[in-house]
Order: sequence, then structure tokens, then C-alpha cells
Amino acid sequence: MATRRVWVWTELTDGAPQRPALELLTAARGLGEAAAVLLAPAGDEAIAALGAHGAAVVYHGDDAIYTQYAVEPQVAALAALIEAEAPDLLLFPSTFTARDVLARLAGRLGAGVIANATSVRFEGDRLLATVPYTGAYVATVTLEGPAPYLVQVRPKAYPVEPVGGQAEVRPVATALDPAACRVQVVETVPQVAEGPNLEEAEVIVAGGRGLGKAENFRLLEELARQLGGAVGASRAVVDAGWVPYSYQIGQTGKTVKPNLYIACGISGAIQHLAGMKGSKHVIAINQDPDAAIFEIADLGVVGDVLTIVPKLTERLAGR
Amino acid sequence: MKICVTVKQVPDPNLPMQVDPATHRLVRNPDQSILDPADEYGVETALRLVEEHGGEVVVVSMGPPSAADALRRAMAMGADRAILITDEALAGSDARATARALAAVIRGEQPDLVICAIEATDAYTGMVPGMLAELLDLPQLTFARQVAVEGQTVTVHRDIEGATQVLRAQLPALLTVTASIAEPRYPSFKGVMAAKRKPIDERDLASLGLEAGAVGAAGAAERVVALEEVREEKQGQMVTDDGTGSSVEAIVAFLERIQVV
Repeated sequence: MATRRVWVWTELTDGAPQRPALELLTAARGLGEAAAVLLAPAGDEAIAALGAHGAAVVYHGDDAIYTQYAVEPQVAALAALIEAEAPDLLLFPSTFTARDVLARLAGRLGAGVIANATSVRFEGDRLLATVPYTGAYVATVTLEGPAPYLVQVRPKAYPVEPVGGQAEVRPVATALDPAACRVQVVETVPQVAEGPNLEEAEVIVAGGRGLGKAENFRLLEELARQLGGAVGASRAVVDAGWVPYSYQIGQTGKTVKPNLYIACGISGAIQHLAGMKGSKHVIAINQDPDAAIFEIADLGVVGDVLTIVPKLTERLAGR
Repeated sequence: MKICVTVKQVPDPNLPMQVDPATHRLVRNPDQSILDPADEYGVETALRLVEEHGGEVVVVSMGPPSAADALRRAMAMGADRAILITDEALAGSDARATARALAAVIRGEQPDLVICAIEATDAYTGMVPGMLAELLDLPQLTFARQVAVEGQTVTVHRDIEGATQVLRAQLPALLTVTASIAEPRYPSFKGVMAAKRKPIDERDLASLGLEAGAVGAAGAAERVVALEEVREEKQGQMVTDDGTGSSVEAIVAFLERIQVV
């Protein structure tokens, strides 16, 4: 049987490949020959980093059009590349842009998609993926062919493993029809996030409805600062518009695995637990002694977050 | 301006979800199902755009006949009419089959805008909007937290990882909207009464010109081959605060034990 060819759709931040793409190269290497598809202007360092993490090939489209227009040039180039090269499997990370490109590409190819996978494997020619389902179940899911199979993988499902290889660069020279690029990126303004990034933070202080109102999030920020951690939120709080979507931890939103997770006024809906139950230690503070979050807490505190959190911050500051 | 908003009836997300072990499908009990809260933002956005520019809001759903309740709720908020794609052959549809059915209806409506939630509050795949945009050959502007239409131009502000972005396209277009776009209105009594008289147009597969093999379980590419229930419980330590912050010492002791402080 020929070696399976597994492609990883890749995006850059500040010129470097994003961590989720590097994680997926680990998955891809385990399944066959790993290639990265990078459709964005990029320097040699980005290409070298992809090679060093296991990409045998980097399909590189260097055209600025990929960042000037959203989604459509990516999909056009990917569809042409897939037709020419016939890969077996494409892995996408769970970022905003990856989701947009993947869904539209699936529509173009008439293909099905597995989203939210936490592992991917083959059993003979059959693709199997593990997908957490409603938080209370784990499903094993397959896709009816033909290949290529399209799978979106959750962050941190695979480790980043530098293996020290070097990639062969194959330029992607798809002729793009400007009329098919209809969504102009007018402006991109980097947001300076305070404190450590949620996905990399060792300590996360997360808030839910139990905080009562948006202004009380300040209390969590102060505690997080004291512990050198980051602030996250449950879906309920994000839906209520208290904090931006980027704070959301859960089945939707981010998957985090910090050393310590402090859940403040979070009831522990399965959607939330799906994104944080890989945390090494969990402290839960909640008024309701029956809250589901206590089932997965190492230390459960029944009480008022608005009293306990500021007192804890003060106590830690005084040390 | 004509706006189609896709909506879905989902099991109440505040209740535990159940899966039928035989079919691997979510148990959808009509008495415990509601208009997906994530869809209310799309309905609200459409209503505001039509209040500003004039036009019509059409809500479109696929589901069992009981999904009419979710459409009534959207019409009680102010949507003008509803289309329900309902057919037994649609059961078991995955994202691809759902997008095909929705596209068949929306194509016939020729809207200026299609508005979707970023994902449904049951399966959370978020794949239908992008597939739908492709099937309808519309540009997609996603994760919008702010939207403005001027003439034939739609402009969206959105947050992505580490950045905010402004996207622009010409109508017709498809949008997905986040929870921060607008506070959904609560249906008034008058709205609820009016919704009872608004039409729900029921469509089956034959009327959409869709083959049974293209949708439902038969047309799904994604198949669940096994399902396992997972429950994790830790035997953690519990303390009860006396109302003055007395539990802080126990928390500090725990932090010391795990060497965070």
C-alpha cells in the first residue's frame, strides 16, 4: 500500500506557524507522509519551522491575495491542489479562519467533515476519528469517501514535537480569478492581550454567571494577575456579552490544560467541562453545593465568589 | 432588503443531553426543545437591518414538525414569515446534508443576506454556514460582532485570535453572527399573538427537488460507528465558606501543596 499523504492546513502569526498547525504535523506524521499547506506570504524561517516539525513537503502559495481577501482564494487554491495531488487526508486546526476555509472547501468538494476531533486514525482504508459529543459521550466517527477526508482537530489533542527535518518546498501557482475573491480584508488590528495567552497559561481563573455582572470580571483579573495567570469565561458569560468570544473555554471556544484552573461561579455545564477537564488541578468556587463543577474539582469551595475571590487576592498579595 | 435567517430547534442546553444508543442520535423531545439561543442573535440582527433599510425577514429551519415552535418564537420576535423543511427522510442529516436542504430553499428565496449563528448549540460543528455559502455561491463574512449595510456593501467587524478585523463584500452575502452583535429582544405579547397568524410554509423533499439519497442519514458522509458514555468524578476536598471568606486559608493551603505559591 502506498504511503498515505496527510496535509496540514497552516497559518502564521507574526511570521511563525501557529502552534495548532505544529500539533497537527505530529498527528500527520503518525498517519503517513506529512505535508503542510501554507497559503500566505512567508519567510524561510516559517518554512524551516514546518520542516523541523515533520513536514516532508510544504506547499507554499506566496501571493499576498491570500491575506488581502478572506477564504475564497484559499479555497480555490486548495481545491485545485487537491485535484492535482489527490491527498488522502486534510487536517485543519480549530481556529476561526481554519473553520471558514474548511467549511467552504467541503462545500466545494461536496465532501463531509468531521469537526472537533481529538484523535484521528485509519483502520484499513477507513478513517476513524474520536469526537467528544455533548460532553457526556465520546463518539467514534467515520467519513464516507471518496478521499480526501476533511477533519478539524481540537487544540492540544496532539503534542508539538520538533523532529529536526527539512521540508521540500513546492510552490503553489494557482491562477486565481479576482472576481472569485469577494470578501476584502479591509483592516486587521492585532489585539494586545494582557497577561499570558489562555492556551499557554499555567494558571487560569475563569468566570461564569455566578459573578452576577460584567464589572465583577475585574476581580478575576486581579486574582489572575496575582497568580501570573490568564482569565477565561464560560459560554453563558460570553453569550451575555460580558467578555469577548476569545475568552470562551469549552466545547466551543478554547481547550485548555493548565496546571491550575480556578472556576469561579461556573456551574459546570458539559459544554464547559469539555474545554477544561484536562486541567491538572481544579479549584471550584460556587454558591450552589450541587453544582456539577464540584464533581471534577480537587478543591470545592461552597460560598460567594464575590467575597472569596477578592479576599484570596489580598491574602496572596500580602505574602 | 430580504434577509433569510437560518434557525434550529435544539434540546434545551440547560438540560442534560441524551443520546439514543441505537441510532446514536440526540434525543429531541419537543417539550424540552427551544429555539437555539445562538439563533436569536441572527434574528435580532436581521430585524434591526430591516428596521433600518426596509424589507422582509424570512426564518428558515429544517427539523421535525415540532420545530414550528422555534419558528413561531422567531416570528414572535418580529420575523415576517417562516419556511420549515420537514420530511422523515431528513432524519440523521449531517452538516453536508443540512446545508444541501437549506440551500435548496434559500436559493428559491433570492435573499440579499443570509444570516446564520456561528454554530448550533447541539452538535457545535459550525460547518453548515460555510458549506451553505459555497452552495449558494455567496461571499461569507463570519464571526461578526458588528454589521453595517450601506447601499450594496456589507461591512463586518469581527474578533479572531489575537486581532480584530474588518471585512467588506457586496450583497448578496452570508453572515455568521456572534453573541456580542446585539441583545435579542424578548417577544412582546403583541408579537406572540401576531406570530400565530404568520405563515409557516412547510416543504418536503419532493417540493425542493432533492433526492432522498442526498440528505438525511442516507446522504450523510459523517457516520457514528460507536458511542461511549464518559463520566469522570474526582473525590475532591470540599469546604464551605462561612460568608466572610473563611475558606481562603484552605485555598491558600491547596495552592501551597500544588506549589503554585
